[in-house]
Amino acid sequence: MSEKLLEIEGLKQYFPVAGTKNVVKAVDDVSFYINKGETFGLVGESGCGKTTTGRSILRLIEPTDGRIVYDGKVLFDGEKKIKADMMPYRRKMQIVFQDPYASLDPRMTVGDIVGEAIDIHHLCGSKKERYDRIIGLLEKVGLNSEHANRYPHEFSGGQRQRVGIARALAVDPEFIVCDEPVSALDVSIQAQVVNMFEDLQKELGLTYLFIAHDLSVVNHISDRIGVMYLGHLVEMAESEELIFHSAHPYTRSLISAVPVADPKTARASKRIILEGDVPSPVNPPSGCAFRTRCPYADELCSEKIPGFEEISKGHFCACHHRDRAQNGSKVSE
Amino acid sequence: MSDYLVDIKHEKLSFFTPVGEVKALNDVSIQMKEGEVLGIVGESGSGKSVTAYSLMGLTADNGKIVDGEVNFNGHRVDLMTEKEIRKIRGKEISIIFQDPMTSLNPVYTIGNQIEEAVRVHGDKTKEEARQRPRELLTLVGINEPDKRLKQYPHELSGGMRQRVMIAIALACEPKLLIADEPTTALDVTIQAQILELMNDLRRKLKMGIILITHDLGVVASMCDHIAVMYAGEIVEYGTTDDIFYEPKHEYTKGLLKSIPKFQEKEYSRLVPIEGTPVDLLNPPKGCGFAPRCDSCMKICLERKPEKMIINADGTFEDMPDETEYNGKHYSRCWLQKKEQFELQDNAKGES
Repeated sequence: MSEKLLEIEGLKQYFPVAGTKNVVKAVDDVSFYINKGETFGLVGESGCGKTTTGRSILRLIEPTDGRIVYDGKVLFDGEKKIKADMMPYRRKMQIVFQDPYASLDPRMTVGDIVGEAIDIHHLCGSKKERYDRIIGLLEKVGLNSEHANRYPHEFSGGQRQRVGIARALAVDPEFIVCDEPVSALDVSIQAQVVNMFEDLQKELGLTYLFIAHDLSVVNHISDRIGVMYLGHLVEMAESEELIFHSAHPYTRSLISAVPVADPKTARASKRIILEGDVPSPVNPPSGCAFRTRCPYADELCSEKIPGFEEISKGHFCACHHRDRAQNGSKVSE
Repeated sequence: MSDYLVDIKHEKLSFFTPVGEVKALNDVSIQMKEGEVLGIVGESGSGKSVTAYSLMGLTADNGKIVDGEVNFNGHRVDLMTEKEIRKIRGKEISIIFQDPMTSLNPVYTIGNQIEEAVRVHGDKTKEEARQRPRELLTLVGINEPDKRLKQYPHELSGGMRQRVMIAIALACEPKLLIADEPTTALDVTIQAQILELMNDLRRKLKMGIILITHDLGVVASMCDHIAVMYAGEIVEYGTTDDIFYEPKHEYTKGLLKSIPKFQEKEYSRLVPIEGTPVDLLNPPKGCGFAPRCDSCMKICLERKPEKMIINADGTFEDMPDETEYNGKHYSRCWLQKKEQFELQDNAKGES
């Protein structure tokens, strides 16, 4: 059995709504774990709380409640009011942001962007050592020494994302939150960056939390996948199990909505098209959050929040009617 | 007189910038029949939007059509004045943009904005013009149209806004709808809704659609024909099946390989196209794709390849300049010329 690197229990992240007493429950009671050396994918539509989950884990936003355990040490516990000093953990846990245009300081050279973390953690004694380390990092992500003195605007989107990855790698982390790292890139460039993530994982033994809305990319890179809807984790399983034996109606519709780049399959397959939009997280529906768009919803769904139950080994699902959903229209294989 | 709805002949378009001439389009030809759906695929900067915008006369101020003809529905768009273009824009040809958030006016109600499109073309009475927005909202599948008409764009979700954009575009029942990455800013479940809607409307209204996208999954389900663009040129053109099952150009093949295979049990590593797109300020002398191409030959770096028609039996022939190629499969790659020579050599050897 592989070792758990990160454990999240009952993570909650509420934001107050200005001028009212309402709160937005961006993340509501989310629990999962990530094993050492694996990639855990988190998918969902915009506004479902996947990015917030990633940021709360790193405590870039302080969680409202819940428990975060990293490598056996409690980083945060809402009940016992434990708030660990994050500084030593910042070296171990890093993040790559979504937008390669907005996440790099336009007035710093690429060398300094990568070097900033090295300075903060006093990782290098001399200037020469620092320079060598920066060049080493840039080369690791497929850039070269000439690039160190240039500014972010001189780079293309794919190259900027590489700089963001080099910055995350600068402190030799064990765990990286990848927050939609490829969604802003062109398809051909996207494949380059995805491959690089995989190579780095093999080389450095990294563990990833990979957040994205594109199920085909997440499926490609992840060992296990969690599906979020309106702040809740609705289904979690190993990638293959999730794609071929999904139980939650939301996961099933997400899978069928992925555009297939194959005209014959695309013409033949019947899409499960969800009606309407994601409800506002300020007034989420009572009971199951998905019931307003769910084809199987009935009274039970509006009364009781479905539990997140293990339906087969390692496969969790939160749905009252998962049997009906699973026996419904099959996803074309 | 051509019987095509869209007939672009050898269009060359350049942007004149302070740092030099950017050759955005280099000999682009497109023919499209009424009611046809054409997908234009390519990376950012490949010229796919510029091609479609020039059909509507929406080229930016520093851009100029240097050579070629742009025919649309019997009009020579490249010769028309702004005033003349305004008469057809919105009426015979209209557009939906990528980002529905920024393309709607935040200070007018939805009803107001749809009505404006109806009134500008002035062939409806005031009363009809007032009724039309309701009909249109119903057509694009928006619930409670009366309530929505009085709302402002910020009160609607992304998918709903895109539906409003489509309603405005359809206000005068155009013959051609240009959809510029209509679903890129939307979530997958909403994307599926919008694509379904566009497919529906196309059948109902029998209009042509030019669908611009970089997502091959989107074109697979919707288009009759696909044009693959790279560095301001159409490098391959054919029916959807030609492009997906018989790709000939190395760039098309690369694109198809670089997307993750969904619903495939075995893990296979992605095959990216190495390198970065060309700088159109200093385009290469030969084939635009040559610097990134795995099968690059000496001639590729020196001379631009000509179009070669690919016959159904897998043989190639040179494409004459003024041919009709709607429905044919062609590619611009030296490899096909090479193969043609090899085939000829073999034939000679046998005889």
